[in-house]
Amino acid sequence: MSLIRLNHVKKSFAGKEGQVDAVVDVNLAVEKGEIFGIVGYSGAGKSTLIRLLNGLETATAGEVLVGDQNVAQLKGKELRAYRKNAGMVFQHFNLLWSRTVEENILLPLEIAGYPAAERQKRAIELIQLVGLEGRENAYPSQLSGGQKQRVGIARAVANQPAILLCDEATSALDPQTTDEVLELLVDINRKLQLTIVLITHEMHVIRKICHKVAVMEKGRIVETGTVGEVFRNPQEEVTKRFVHQELLPEEYNETSQEYLIENYAQGDIIQLHFQGEQAKKPVISQAIKKYDIDINVLQGKLQQTQDGSFGTLVVQIVGNQNERAKAIEFFKEKGVGMEVLHHE
Amino acid sequence: MNKSFTEIYFDWSQLDAAAFKQAFIDTMVMTIISMVLVAILGLGLGLLLYYLSKSNRKSAKLSYTLVSIVSNVFRSTPFIILIVLIIPLTRLLLGTFLGATAAIPALVLSAIPFYARLVEIAFREVDQGVIEAAESMGASQFQLIGKVLLPESKPALLSGLTVTTITMIGFTAMAGAIGAGGLGGLAYQDGFQRNRLTVTLFATVFLLLIVFLIQWLGDSAVKRSDKR
Ligand SMILES: Nc1ncnc2c1ncn2[C@@H]1O[C@H](COP(=O)(O)OP(=O)(O)O)[C@@H](O)[C@H]1O
Ligand SMILES: [Mg+2]
Repeated sequence: MSLIRLNHVKKSFAGKEGQVDAVVDVNLAVEKGEIFGIVGYSGAGKSTLIRLLNGLETATAGEVLVGDQNVAQLKGKELRAYRKNAGMVFQHFNLLWSRTVEENILLPLEIAGYPAAERQKRAIELIQLVGLEGRENAYPSQLSGGQKQRVGIARAVANQPAILLCDEATSALDPQTTDEVLELLVDINRKLQLTIVLITHEMHVIRKICHKVAVMEKGRIVETGTVGEVFRNPQEEVTKRFVHQELLPEEYNETSQEYLIENYAQGDIIQLHFQGEQAKKPVISQAIKKYDIDINVLQGKLQQTQDGSFGTLVVQIVGNQNERAKAIEFFKEKGVGMEVLHHE
Repeated sequence: MNKSFTEIYFDWSQLDAAAFKQAFIDTMVMTIISMVLVAILGLGLGLLLYYLSKSNRKSAKLSYTLVSIVSNVFRSTPFIILIVLIIPLTRLLLGTFLGATAAIPALVLSAIPFYARLVEIAFREVDQGVIEAAESMGASQFQLIGKVLLPESKPALLSGLTVTTITMIGFTAMAGAIGAGGLGGLAYQDGFQRNRLTVTLFATVFLLLIVFLIQWLGDSAVKRSDKR
C-alpha cells in the first residue's frame, strides 16, 4: 500500500472576497522511498496541498492518509507527535537567526525531547550528512543561501522522519546552488530511504530528481505519472508547456529558426526529439555511416532525468536528395520524433 | 540683593553628600524594583495581547479590545494624576503612600501597559515562517514561546525594556515631588521649594547620568543579542 494517499481532498479558505478553493478534489498516491514532485504555476494550490500533509493546514474534506494515520483528523498532542515524523523544508529557509547552525539543527531534537548527549551526537552526524563541517558555530546571517538550505534540510531530517516535504526548496537559490541542493536531496533519499514530496514551479527540478510527477492547475491534479512518461507523452496543455520549456534549447525561438534556415540553406534542417532509451543510442553516427550524408549539429539540448535522457537537436543534413530522404526515414524507424524545419 | 548665576547654581555649601547618597539609593530602588516587576508582568501581558490578537475567535477579539482599553487608560493617564488617584490602593498594599517603595505601584501600573505594547509588537515581528517551521517540528505552544518567540524577539524586548526603564526614571522624579524621595524629591523639595537651585541642578545631573548609563547598558545588550 502506498505510504501517502490522498482521497478526494479539498481545502477552501474563507477569503475577504468570498471562498477560495485552493485544493479541489485531489487524489494522489506516493510510494515509500519515492521522490514525488508536484509542479504547477504560482497560485495552483501546491503549498496548500503540501501543508495538508503535515497538518499546517487542515483539509476541508477528504482523507489525508500517511502510513496508518489520517492527518486531516489529528489534533493537539497526536498532531504534534505525528509532525515529528514529517520534516519540512521551506523556500526561505526559516532558520532561527538567534541560533547557530548547530543550534538550529538541535532545535527539532530539543522539541522531541532527546537527552542532551544524544542530541549532540545526532547533530554532528547531521552536519556531516549535509556537508557543513566547520560551519557549526556560524549564524545564519553568515551563510550563503545554499548553506542555509543545507541547515534547513538537516533540521528537517533530524528526527528521522518517514517523509520529507519540500516547499519550493530551491526557488530562492541560483542555478548552481540549486543543483547542489537537489543532489543532496537525492543523496538523502537514497541513504535514508526517505520518501520526499516536493513542490516546485520549475520543471527542471522535477526532471533532475523526481521519480514521479503530478501536474497541478487551479487546485486540481490534472496529470500524473512517472517523470519519463510525462516527459515523453504529455497530455494536458499545461503539462506540454512545462515539458517544452525544458526541452527546447535556451536560445530557441522563431527568429533563431529563421536565422538557421537563412544561414544553412544547403540540405535539410530537421529537429529531432529524443526521449528515454533512444537518447542513449548513437543514431546520428549510425546515420552518417550508413548513408552518404553529413550531419551538422546546429542547436541542441539534452537533459538527464532519473530514468533516461530527453532532448532536442536541430541538425543540418547535407548530401544528395535520395540519401537525405533515406536518413530521415532511418530516424523515423528508430523512433526518434522529428520535424522538418526546412527542405532544400 | 542680586546673586550671580554662579552663586545660584554653584553654591557648594548647599550640597549634602549624605542626602545625595540617600536620594540616589531611593531612585535606584524605585527604578530597579519597578523594572523587574514590569519586565515580568509586561512580558506576560504582552504575550496575552499577542495571542489574543492572533486568534480568530470572537471571544479573543473582544478580550483583546477590553485589555487594550484598560491598558490604554493606565498608559495615557498622566503619571502625576495616576499616583494621586491610586493612593488608596497604595495604602492598602503598603500601608503608606510616602517613601520610595510607595511609588512602586503607580510606576508599575503605568509602565506595564507601555512595555506590554512594545512586547506585543516585538512578538509580531518574529518571522511567521520561523514559527511555522517550529510548528512543523511538532513544537508545543510552551516550546514555541520558550524556544522561538522569546529568543527571536530578544533585541526588541531589550530595547523596549530600556525605553520603559528610562521613562520610569522620569516618573520616579515626578513621584519624588509628592513625597517618594529620590533624586526627583531632592531636586524639587530640597532644591526648588527651599530655593536652593544648586541642589536642583546637581540632582538633575545625577538623574541624567543614570539615564545615560541605562541607555548605554541597554544599547550594548541589544547589540550583543542581535545576530542578524
Ligand atoms: N491562508 C490562506 N487564506 C486565504 N487564501 C489562501 C491561503 N493560503 C492560500 N490561499 C489561496 O489559495 C490559492 C493557492 O495558494 P498556494 O497553495 O499558496 O499556491 P502555490 O503554492 O501553488 O503558489 C491562492 O489563490 C491563495 O491566494
Ligand atoms: Mg507556494
